[in-house]
Amino acid sequence: MDALEIARWQFGITTVYHFMMVPLTIGLGLVVAIIQTVWHRTGKPEYLRMTKFWGKLFLINFIMGVATGIVQEFQFGMAWSEYSRFVGDVFGAPLALEALLAFFVESTFLGLWIFGWKQLKPAIHLACLWVAVIGSMFSAYFIIVANSWMQHPVGVEMVDGRPVMTDAWAVFTNNTALVAVPHTLFGALAVAGGFLLGIAWYHLWRRRRDGVDTVGADGKVIPGESAAIPGRDRADHTVWIRSLRIGAVVAMISFAGTALTGDLQGKLMFEQQPMKMAAAEAACHDGTGFSVLSIGNLGSQDCDDIVALIEVPGILSYLAKGDFTTEVKGVNTLLPEYQANYGTHLPDNPIYGERAGQEIDYLPVMEVTYWGFRMMIGFGGLAALAALVALWLTRSGTVPSSPWLMRLAVLGIMAPFGANAAGWIFTEMGRQPFVVAPNPDPNGIDQVFMFTAAAVSPGVSAGELLASLITLTAVYAVLLVVEVKLLVKYVRGGVVSAMPELAHIPADENEDATPGPGGPGGAKPADDVLAFAY
Amino acid sequence: MELLPTIWFIAIAVLWTGYLFLEGFDLGVGMLMKAFARNNTERRVLLNTIGPVWDGNEVWLLTAGGATFAAFPLWYASLFSALYLPLLVVLVALIFRAVAFEYRGKVDTDRWRARWDWAIALGSFFAAFGVGAALALTTTGLPLNANGDREGGPFAWFSGYAVLGGLAVVGFSLVHALAFLALKTDGEVRHRARQWFVRLLPVLLLPIAAWALSIQFLDGKPWTWAAVLLAVAAAAAAWLLARSGAEGKAFLALGVFLVLGTASIFGAVFPVVLPSTLDGAFDLTISNASSSDYTLGLMSIVAAFGLPLVIAYQAWTYWVFRRRVSAASIPEAHSFLPAVAARAFTTKG
Ligand code: HDD
Ligand code: HEM
Ligand code: HEM
Repeated sequence: MDALEIARWQFGITTVYHFMMVPLTIGLGLVVAIIQTVWHRTGKPEYLRMTKFWGKLFLINFIMGVATGIVQEFQFGMAWSEYSRFVGDVFGAPLALEALLAFFVESTFLGLWIFGWKQLKPAIHLACLWVAVIGSMFSAYFIIVANSWMQHPVGVEMVDGRPVMTDAWAVFTNNTALVAVPHTLFGALAVAGGFLLGIAWYHLWRRRRDGVDTVGADGKVIPGESAAIPGRDRADHTVWIRSLRIGAVVAMISFAGTALTGDLQGKLMFEQQPMKMAAAEAACHDGTGFSVLSIGNLGSQDCDDIVALIEVPGILSYLAKGDFTTEVKGVNTLLPEYQANYGTHLPDNPIYGERAGQEIDYLPVMEVTYWGFRMMIGFGGLAALAALVALWLTRSGTVPSSPWLMRLAVLGIMAPFGANAAGWIFTEMGRQPFVVAPNPDPNGIDQVFMFTAAAVSPGVSAGELLASLITLTAVYAVLLVVEVKLLVKYVRGGVVSAMPELAHIPADENEDATPGPGGPGGAKPADDVLAFAY
Repeated sequence: MELLPTIWFIAIAVLWTGYLFLEGFDLGVGMLMKAFARNNTERRVLLNTIGPVWDGNEVWLLTAGGATFAAFPLWYASLFSALYLPLLVVLVALIFRAVAFEYRGKVDTDRWRARWDWAIALGSFFAAFGVGAALALTTTGLPLNANGDREGGPFAWFSGYAVLGGLAVVGFSLVHALAFLALKTDGEVRHRARQWFVRLLPVLLLPIAAWALSIQFLDGKPWTWAAVLLAVAAAAAAWLLARSGAEGKAFLALGVFLVLGTASIFGAVFPVVLPSTLDGAFDLTISNASSSDYTLGLMSIVAAFGLPLVIAYQAWTYWVFRRRVSAASIPEAHSFLPAVAARAFTTKG
């Protein structure tokens, strides 16, 4: 592997990893804020428990988003210095604004929320969480503005071989970004929905298994209490069934949201990056049909090998244009167009290193684009369907006692994560061989595009890149294990793991809530805050 | 002289100063986790002094980096790619440090805590050292060619200045952290922090003073010389104030020291942002490394509103958490978690 390939692997691995944490942060943050608002309004204790429990999981995840985000911010300069020089004038601004207007807000107000349970008035404490959550959405907006400019450069003019910003409004209202932001936010909510659903299911199932909850003759749940574990009372049942229902509804709404916005994205992509659309469809020839299953050797990058086994006529046209008859250009039509517009060979310029003068392959890796697109929609749709089924299966007020269904619900947490990762991998790899894709609009900007091969840092050796790739991957792997272990531990512990005060204050009339080794001396009022924090 | 690039040069100097001022003490507190704190309760006292604010402080680094990218893309690209390996160390250090703050208290065993304590201490040390080395090198220069790329291999940046800059930020962070702890804690920790501060200040500020002075000998201007001398006076004042027990004023005086010190350094190198040690013609300056006036103008407008706002709400945060932390305010370790979780595992499996 040469420097370029290592740098690409590194960017791909670190970004996809960052985007494991990001959607859970955004989605769960919003859900916790809503739940705390309900608690603030109604004062019902089960909502406080939900706030604390989901809030704790939110924090365990949040920190990993922070830690991995810093890598992203530095990486442009470290590994992609030519890219940074080329795009700096227009691309740096959203990145800087993200830090100034979003990251400061997020980190500061989240700190206030974590430590401010007692110091702040309840309404202000709640407001701090909302501010932090809205901050995280702004951060999504700014970074996607940056990313969308790479997909669809606007608002610039070429000066001395570099794009220079001339119209900030065009950059910050890039239509690519305006549809990608809601799409990504709904995708994030889908993650939160599945997360709530799976974990709440597990707890309801465990209450049934332990005989705490039973189902009466009328088919309705009879919530019970368990003496053995603090906090496992009737309110605990409410916590989980509410969480489950919130999760299911969120999952369904967010799938509808991603489908609506994704449809808009498809139409833009058809205009802005026609090759990506064709590659997403493995569509070699012009046509109208959406391939449900194409076989043949997608990886051979040779269209003659590919056969669409099942095709739905008209759907591809609908995705691209909104009707059922427009022919969508296939790879075979597009290749000569790209070659005519952007050249057949990389220029003989030293920034391309040993690739200078090589023939350009305009076709993205079709295995990835084709299956990436289908995995995104498939996993997302599956999660939404599962949510619908879950609502039906839990209409009695608890979950069926089957351990298999429980395992499925827990496993289902992964589906929206998979959809998100697939979406990004598809979007980013479908853009290749460009790192900044050309804007094909006839009124578009000439010459504003960049091949990925020209973007990597010329002064950085393959050895350095390999060292960082190995280091970061190893660190990330270790931390993933730690994070998942902690999440599992806190999930298993239940609400009391986030609310140790439940273990001190006798939770029910039997007065047999066992005090933990924390000492039967009872808790001081500040204990719960510090226990929630450090 | 170009107005907007100059403003942005100043803005970036302000962001770095803000970073060193704020994260200075939390990096220092991190390093003191092992050397200073004597037991778990004291470690938790230390942690809780910075708990609500360290992440907000770290964003100053991200903003300094992001603003450099936006305002001086060529500076950002050359500096970050030339310092590839040292910045990798900074990244790994920051990752472990951040995760350690959050995860340290989440499992109640001594082994778990000890590991994360090391992560905090070492992470803070390497982050401070690496940032210091990078800052020093951007003032003294790197072997850059005409395109702004590093010549001479992965370790071409290594020099006495890198070490000096690293030690400068580590030393300053430690002093600053001791001043901060004296101000933010109570009881035994407060007392000891003040003692250490008075005893160690002269030694720990030596490297940063050496860096500021050597820059003056290279490129000093009359006003930056004056700033250095005033900075030394501020350090002396901090020492005297701490000895007489005025912790708040000592902390502020140290802040004045930092502001004057960084002003003298940035002021001396201006208008060069990153000199090339190969050929003066390859120096990156505020004119050949900056973005267009349009971009800088846009950023100026946003920053003019954004930065004061950030300072205002961060100041409010410090106000909200102004109470001193002491051993008495630290509850027992939350040991019920594993007990409950363990029971949850075994309850009729
Ligand atoms: C759609 C949303 C989204 C996307 C595409 C990205 N991020 Fe991110 N990022 C977030 C959404 C987010 C967030 C939700 O705002 C995070 C997650 C946890 C957090 O603290 O904020 C975050 C954290 C985060 C941080 C740490 C902030 C802190 O210390 O508080 C940095 C520096 C970045 N990101 C930078 C990047 C870069 C350079 C990206 C592009 C490659 C990127 N992120 C992709
Ligand atoms: C968080 C969501 C994102 C994910 C999961 C993601 C994923 C990826 C992947 C998989 C690659 C490798 C593609 C390949 O090598 O073929 C890549 C490349 C890249 N992406 Fe993204 N990306 C994300 C967001 C962004 C954003 C927001 C930006 C810009 C602000 C960006 C800029 C880049 C750059 C510069 C490259 C390197 C050049 C290349 O190989 O294409 N990405 N990304
Ligand atoms: C019917 C459903 C969906 C459609 C039609 C759809 C469509 C699309 C399209 C066309 C893109 C590429 C945009 C571009 O490259 O210009 C995209 C990207 C993406 N999708 Fe989807 N999508 C759907 C469902 C989902 C679901 C369920 C998720 C996650 C839970 C998801 C997450 C993503 C992400 C994270 C990206 C990359 C970021 C972006 O460009 O917005 N999508 N989607």
